[in-house]
Amino acid sequence: MSKRYDSIIIGGGHNGLICAAYLAKAGRKVLVLEKRHVLGGAAVSEELYPGFTFSVASYVVSLFRPHIIRELNLAKHGYEIIPMDCSFLPLPNGDSLARWADPQRSRREIARFSQKDAETYPEFSRVMTHMGKLAKAVIDHPAPDITSMNPRELANIFRLGRTFKGLGPELLHLNTKLVTMSALDFLDLWFESDVLKAPMAVSGIIGTFQGVRSPGTAYVLLHHYMGQLDGSFRSWGFSKGGTGGVSLACASSARSYGAEIRTEAAVQQVLIKNGEARGVVLENGDEILANSIVSNLDPNRTYLKMVGESELDDEVVKEIKRYKLRGSSGKVNLALDRVPEFSCRPGDGDHIRGDVAIAPSIDYLEKAFDQAKYGEFSTRPYINAVIPSLTDPSVAPPGKHILSCFVQYAPYHIKEGAENWPKYREAFGDAVVDTMAEYIPGLKDMILYRQVLTPWDIEQTMGLTEGNIFQGELSLEQLLFQRPLAGYAKYKTSINKLWMCGSGTHPGGGIMGAGGELCAKTMLNARAI
Amino acid sequence: MPIKSPFFPRTSQLCTSMYWKEWAGYHAVSSYGTLHDVEYFAFRYSAGLLDITPLFKYKITGTDSASFLSRVMVRDISQLKIGRVTYCCWCNEDGKVVDDGTVMRRGENEFFVTSADPCFSWFSRFTRGYDVEVNDISDQIAGLAVQGPTSRDILKKFCDVDLDSLKFFSTTSAKVKDFEIYISRTGYTGDLGYELWIENENALTLWDLIMDYGKSYDLRPAGLAALDVTRVEAGLILKDVDYYNALHTLIEDRMSSPYEISLGWTVNLERDPFNGQAALKAEKQAGSNWAIVGLDIDWVEIEELYNRHGLPPEVGSTAWRDSIPIYVDSSMNKQIGYATSGTWSPILKKNIALATIEKKYDQIDSKLQIEVTVEHKRHTVTATVSKPQFYNPERKTSNPVKS
Ligand SMILES: Cc1cc2nc3c(=O)[nH]c(=O)nc-3n(C[C@H](O)[C@H](O)[C@H](O)COP(=O)(O)OP(=O)(O)OC[C@H]3O[C@@H](n4cnc5c(N)ncnc54)[C@H](O)[C@@H]3O)c2cc1C
Repeated sequence: MSKRYDSIIIGGGHNGLICAAYLAKAGRKVLVLEKRHVLGGAAVSEELYPGFTFSVASYVVSLFRPHIIRELNLAKHGYEIIPMDCSFLPLPNGDSLARWADPQRSRREIARFSQKDAETYPEFSRVMTHMGKLAKAVIDHPAPDITSMNPRELANIFRLGRTFKGLGPELLHLNTKLVTMSALDFLDLWFESDVLKAPMAVSGIIGTFQGVRSPGTAYVLLHHYMGQLDGSFRSWGFSKGGTGGVSLACASSARSYGAEIRTEAAVQQVLIKNGEARGVVLENGDEILANSIVSNLDPNRTYLKMVGESELDDEVVKEIKRYKLRGSSGKVNLALDRVPEFSCRPGDGDHIRGDVAIAPSIDYLEKAFDQAKYGEFSTRPYINAVIPSLTDPSVAPPGKHILSCFVQYAPYHIKEGAENWPKYREAFGDAVVDTMAEYIPGLKDMILYRQVLTPWDIEQTMGLTEGNIFQGELSLEQLLFQRPLAGYAKYKTSINKLWMCGSGTHPGGGIMGAGGELCAKTMLNARAI
Repeated sequence: MPIKSPFFPRTSQLCTSMYWKEWAGYHAVSSYGTLHDVEYFAFRYSAGLLDITPLFKYKITGTDSASFLSRVMVRDISQLKIGRVTYCCWCNEDGKVVDDGTVMRRGENEFFVTSADPCFSWFSRFTRGYDVEVNDISDQIAGLAVQGPTSRDILKKFCDVDLDSLKFFSTTSAKVKDFEIYISRTGYTGDLGYELWIENENALTLWDLIMDYGKSYDLRPAGLAALDVTRVEAGLILKDVDYYNALHTLIEDRMSSPYEISLGWTVNLERDPFNGQAALKAEKQAGSNWAIVGLDIDWVEIEELYNRHGLPPEVGSTAWRDSIPIYVDSSMNKQIGYATSGTWSPILKKNIALATIEKKYDQIDSKLQIEVTVEHKRHTVTATVSKPQFYNPERKTSNPVKS
């Protein structure tokens, strides 16, 4: 191989592509190698049924860092987000709750369940905005290592400390709670109505193998609130053409700076000599050399598959095996021949143009988790559904619609072992459709096509170990300077010249781009490339 | 008191927010819901339906129509082919703009003109010696704009004309049910879109058809607040906001030439006499004093200002129309112009404005300072000069490729 690259990026997920774009923008010669025929990883759009473009895995965007949009000129490359207007909660008793971007409208809706909650709701948003400011300071920088005595680290900690201090004692106290409490306990500080708390608490369990009563889930709740800042008026939105649109915009930007991107180029292994990454070997046997290698894969895959135990210290192997993946989510994507209408609030109005939560009560959510604890998928799961075709007609033929259902819990480790998931795939799909059909009469007759993704499928197709949607749980012990491993954070690995840029690094999962950006900037700052 | 457009029975039902404003003597919907942005996103991602009846409309007929309009307009209308539309402005003798609008040629001797201000009297002042008749049909013809990426697909469902071949700035008549409408591929959103012109008595039928067929294409009614965001993104100026009608201003400072309001490209100077020709020739020679430019307002600096107060950055969600000072530098000592309208552009992820500045500062990419008020205090942030047109998607002017 004659060409020598400054950097090879393994994986064309949105973080890998962003990392490539930053490195290429800085004049480096970069090659991205993606295993699949499509780019995007978990942020991917695919036309699985003629005329229907599915956001196969991730389906809404909120956390994407706005400065990345500016720095990589992504708006010009097709990054387009259509905000969602409403969060809708249908209830089995025929009632429903819609929370709108319009605060007065939300107040009246919530007041039907609790007048106190309705009036407290804006206060809660205010506090979360404050908290989010802190979170923003955390996510937009590499996490400082509090165990380090390096002056630069201390300066970073000081900077963070200042932000903390700015919060005032009351909020600071809350923040400490936020990190240790359960999502439900945290919401209990404000609200009394189950009908309001249930759909809010679910933000705390997304992508985790925890229930809304499990300690630490309050942090995940905050993680999902962060998108609220950043001068966007609505926190969550649809990416035009599906979430793959975000990845394609990142790819287009990377190419414009000269990065080379190859699909159907699966990497078998990282070439390591004398404890230093020198290149990669593709599954087809090709070897490509580079001065540095960046892995967009999750920490587990990066260490155990790309590097291999033989190249690793025992301690690192032990740590990485302890790293919690525990996928707990699935996805059911449906192509429908008409608008799905909810019996509790019929019509194709604005209430179903945002997200729809199947989370009728806290007990419902806990029961769903109980089944998962014992190695079964929830037969009445928590579902976060969206119908993107109602706002973005480019994803389905006229009059036809996509119903995308994100589902919890679907534990990777089912009783009979993960490899038995294919046997249960359709039963799992049926449970989801049955659940939705309780709210949408006639749903089963509308289905033109159905795709069921179990955590096993997510692992097989997207390469997310154990199907964990965030490349590792967002639990406290594997966050910040400990993400993925204490001692090997900040995008470095235990192997020289091998870096990591995926959601398994700080600040974690979601379509954020932060891992890719911060990895590239860290490499460039360290003159490692 | 404002009057009701023929679409009022429908728009009033749908406008649950009760957010109305007055537009040229008509009640016009500002936004149907309390937040206008879903209507904006309809314009950009599916289709928005906007009542544009309040525009003034004139039918110009007679064997001298073309030469008459060439005399009135800064553009040589005699060159306009049948079935084509042009956008231009018209001036007084001093070369100052009176109004702007579109001129459609429907036949050898038949034109249709739209304007923002009533212009019957102004046009009539120049008819002597021409075989021409100016007919004010403003109150007999209703107008609807269908704008956005799915607009063509919706209209194709019920119009008997080949819309796939209808070019940007072309017009055609079409049969819908048992009546005739005019369709022009024009609009004020800078996107793929059409404007439909119809006799009042058929207006509601047309509205219902569009709403009906539009359902499958995510069409929604949209108001002026959403329109305002799109027109700033498209760099389309607005009378009484970005410039004034020379006939209505009290002071000369408020008058503008076409060159000064980014409409120089509509002026055909070298031809038979037309209103303002001599003055415009002189200005072209001597150079203009002012220019309308686009400004890209630095977001990082705004964020920083808010941050100083411990606030997340805020920008209003609606487009604004205040006069905001523009300075050469942050000392705020030398004002060289003023922004007249602006908005946060959701699609470009930029804070943009249209501004009138001294001509000598209008180089693209040069850096100026714009005033911003944060927590009641005035500051300035960098604003980079650009063309007024910020957003210009390919679909606006393209036609589908025939298979
Ligand atoms: C079902 C599901 C729903 C989700 N919903 C949301 C949501 O709505 N909103 C949100 O913000 N986040 C959501 N997430 C999380 C979010 O999608 C991910 O955190 C994010 O997309 C991860 O991006 P990444 O670039 O870090 O990694 P990935 O997207 O995992 O990218 C890794 C890439 O590496 C490739 N790869 C793997 N092995 C190899 C190899 N050997 N050689 C070459 N390439 C290889 C993969 O194919 C993939 O393209 C969801 C995730 C899932 C799975």
